[in-house]
Amino acid sequence: MALEVSKQDRILHVLNRLAFGPRPGDFEHVSAIGPERYVREQLHPESIAIPSDLSERVNELRTLHMSPIALFIEYQRPLKMARKDAKAEDGGDKASIKDATKDLRVKQRVVMREAVEARMMRAIEGPRQLQEVMTAFWFNHFNVFAGKGLDLIWTGSFEETAIRPHTFGKFRTLLGATAHHPAMMFYLDNWQNTAPGSPGSKGKFEGINENYARELMELHTLGVNGGYSQADVIALAHILTGWGLPKQGGGNPMRRGEGMAGGETGGVFPFMRRRRNFMPAAVDPSGFYFDESRHDFSSKTLLGHRIEGGGIDEGEHALDILARSPATAKHLSFKLAQYFVADDPPKALVERMAQRYLATDGETRAVLETMFTSAEFWDPRYYGAKFKTPYEYVVSCVRATGVPVRNYRPLYGTMQILGMPLYGCQTPNGYANTQDAWLNPDAMMTRLSFATALGSGNLPLENPPFEEDADGGGEMRPEPPVIPRNGVGKVNIKFDPGPHGPKMTPPDPVQLAATLGDYFSPATASAVEAAPTQLRAPLILGSPEFMKR
Amino acid sequence: MKIFQESNSCIECSSAVAAPISRRAFLRRAAILSASGIVLLSPHAWAARSVDSSSKRRLIVVFLRGAVDGLNVVVPHGESAYYDARPTIAIGRMGAGDGVIDLDGHFGLHPALAPMERQWRDGTLAFVHACGSPDPTRSHFDAQDFMESGTPGVRTTQDGWLNRTLAAIPGTHGPTEALSLGPTVPRILSGKVPVANIALGRAAEKPMPMDRPVIEAAFDKMYVGNDSISRAYRDGRQARMRLISELTQDMTEANAGAPSPQGFSDDTDRLARLIGRDPTIRVAFMALGGWDTHVSEGAASGQLAGHLKPLGEGLASLAKSLGPNYQDTVILVISEFGRTMHENGNGGTDHGHGNVMWVMGGPVKGGKVYGEWPGLSTASLYQERDLAVTTDFREPIATVLRSHMQFSEAQIDRVLPGRPRSSRNVDGLVRV
Repeated sequence: MALEVSKQDRILHVLNRLAFGPRPGDFEHVSAIGPERYVREQLHPESIAIPSDLSERVNELRTLHMSPIALFIEYQRPLKMARKDAKAEDGGDKASIKDATKDLRVKQRVVMREAVEARMMRAIEGPRQLQEVMTAFWFNHFNVFAGKGLDLIWTGSFEETAIRPHTFGKFRTLLGATAHHPAMMFYLDNWQNTAPGSPGSKGKFEGINENYARELMELHTLGVNGGYSQADVIALAHILTGWGLPKQGGGNPMRRGEGMAGGETGGVFPFMRRRRNFMPAAVDPSGFYFDESRHDFSSKTLLGHRIEGGGIDEGEHALDILARSPATAKHLSFKLAQYFVADDPPKALVERMAQRYLATDGETRAVLETMFTSAEFWDPRYYGAKFKTPYEYVVSCVRATGVPVRNYRPLYGTMQILGMPLYGCQTPNGYANTQDAWLNPDAMMTRLSFATALGSGNLPLENPPFEEDADGGGEMRPEPPVIPRNGVGKVNIKFDPGPHGPKMTPPDPVQLAATLGDYFSPATASAVEAAPTQLRAPLILGSPEFMKR
Repeated sequence: MKIFQESNSCIECSSAVAAPISRRAFLRRAAILSASGIVLLSPHAWAARSVDSSSKRRLIVVFLRGAVDGLNVVVPHGESAYYDARPTIAIGRMGAGDGVIDLDGHFGLHPALAPMERQWRDGTLAFVHACGSPDPTRSHFDAQDFMESGTPGVRTTQDGWLNRTLAAIPGTHGPTEALSLGPTVPRILSGKVPVANIALGRAAEKPMPMDRPVIEAAFDKMYVGNDSISRAYRDGRQARMRLISELTQDMTEANAGAPSPQGFSDDTDRLARLIGRDPTIRVAFMALGGWDTHVSEGAASGQLAGHLKPLGEGLASLAKSLGPNYQDTVILVISEFGRTMHENGNGGTDHGHGNVMWVMGGPVKGGKVYGEWPGLSTASLYQERDLAVTTDFREPIATVLRSHMQFSEAQIDRVLPGRPRSSRNVDGLVRV
């Protein structure tokens, strides 16, 4: 009996930590092959087949597979031109510009919707769960904010091409991919980072911008106490001068630009201003461009290393130094252990993970393996010790019910109400994953209301994907002044499905209990037993133990 | 044993399912319970907490996100440099058709803020000009973050100064002491003390499933432990019950339920009603956007005026509907930074530095523009382009905490670590 209980604990533990909780059938699967083999499977996602239905639906998300330049041409340039035309015709009246560009802005929303759908459908249905957990983890580590200008159309591409393919490999590769993606260059302003006095220094491009250099060390690699100084920040900023977005095709330095995505994002692709069908020949579809004319070619000293002036290679050299630093090894190991083990992770484990990182030249899979085979990871005191973030709570609820989702809007809206809109974290440090950050009274009411709506079949999840509409749907107030700070798509959750009736099959509480291993505290079990049938699934999803992983 | 041994009659529907399945293991995970340990929603400390006069004092913060153009809010109409710098967006001199509402001969109020003239005249509205953050950033994101964390230049601060304000008050904290109007709890209110929040607009009164007695009752049975999740649950239940009952009670009363035509006034009225009924509310927060006027800012009318008008109406309405509670309330209106002194090529203004802070409420010694005016000559501008900051935004906040909230210096230090030691520019801003 003791053995059996212990095995159940371990099964649930791996499903809670390496996956976003159990889907119907998962408990039996892990029970059959054993938790240890499940870990090995998940560490090698290429060995797990993806159901054809899921891959087809992911493939159908057209914008997910477009390059940043293609996205710009299709979704941003027409908007730009329409704004310009409306301005010329109506004298720049904001309302008329808004009116003239309404359809294009609505059209543009498909990019963010498809990014959200891709993330959610893979997290909910995908069998390569650790891949999904790590994609979310690394995206959050290298957070970009979709509400900032061009990142509205580039965030999906950033995750798909810079994060997802590199989740288990060398950290240096992942780091390089993020540094070469225009979403990051734009988000942390490095596209404007310019050597003062360089030939290309002009207008908005005439000085050092430290933003990316600082976050690259503070957040992405060394950590805030990683031993760098303000002089290192400045040196790294100089090293990264000229890293950014494509300039005008004719080879001229970027001219004073006009805003592409709002008042402060001028100067991107100014070639668009001249002729609307003009395309420079040499633009890399990746959207990354190194502008030599704005680079500081002098030699620099970074963290005690001399870096000879040499153009873009200096930046690559700097990324090598940062990726190999013991401070980076420790910083990343701490974050991984905090995510996978406990809010306050055991120091000895973090140290061993950091050693493995250094010994393998920063291979994420090896570091994860060290963690997943550690005594600390399997210490029962940590089972169920992590309070789920809103993302984890919503995804795990839907997984547990097994409901087929075609409309992700209520899920996105719930995360937004709970303060964790997907791709909506404004700050570069990403969302926290600790209990301190997410447990509060109001959040509990919202979680339980969501659990009730989902558990009683009252969320319109099975509707076909929603159409974008101009006011963002929902019952938001019609006009400013109130604008949410994280203004990514105003989506309202509706717990009441409205006059058209529920759009999902209510989950069967018996099936739901079985999916979760029939594994509840006495208080939960007796409350579920005492409840009306219709409330049993809500109670299971809203139980204290299901708040944790 | 079976998890679902018998069907229970369902209150809401006639269907009943008897679905026996075997229970494999029930473990005690979240909390160790015994029969005697089960306490169902006994009144929490917050309800029992005595409400003396000092604990009625409250602070409301309204954040104008996007950087409002302070030079067009409290206009230095006595300086020709202002008119030289803003050929198309300056507010006309007093006496002109759409001119400023004169405040003190040197400064004047934007005409769209006419509804607030009454508070100025009755001495409960003050401004602190050339006020702002010592941090030079012109990034909205950094500047808002710093103004909410209360620690300009320090990125690692986890909580917000408004939450720390409550945390600095000893004793336990009830679920509605901090109230946020809006869908999420903002940075300024994040921290240890629980925060209640209600949605803006009509959504605030929209029922959620948890408001239904049968659903509450079912969940109550599960959240009986003394663990942090169960405590959060019980705090949330009480806050929600309180807020909803206050609001629905209002809705059923004659006239009170008619929604105001202006959205913001609607929200401020709701806030005033909640404060009227729930004296435990100590701090409240709401944010308004739409101030980032890079293009077509307008002057006496136009974009900025269109935003100031509902704001002024809402604040005037708040003062009125707070009734006697206005005497115990200080309202701060803040924004992350000001805008450029010169208008740009698009009839707008770009990101600047110094701004104006608004301070309103019964305890305010108003009718005065506080601060040290640095002037608008090129030499006196910050980096030769923006209104300089001569008063750190933490100085008026510290003054409000000291004189209004009756905080000790040590308490203020916990709220605003690293604050400037002097606050001489705002001496006397609030009555002790």
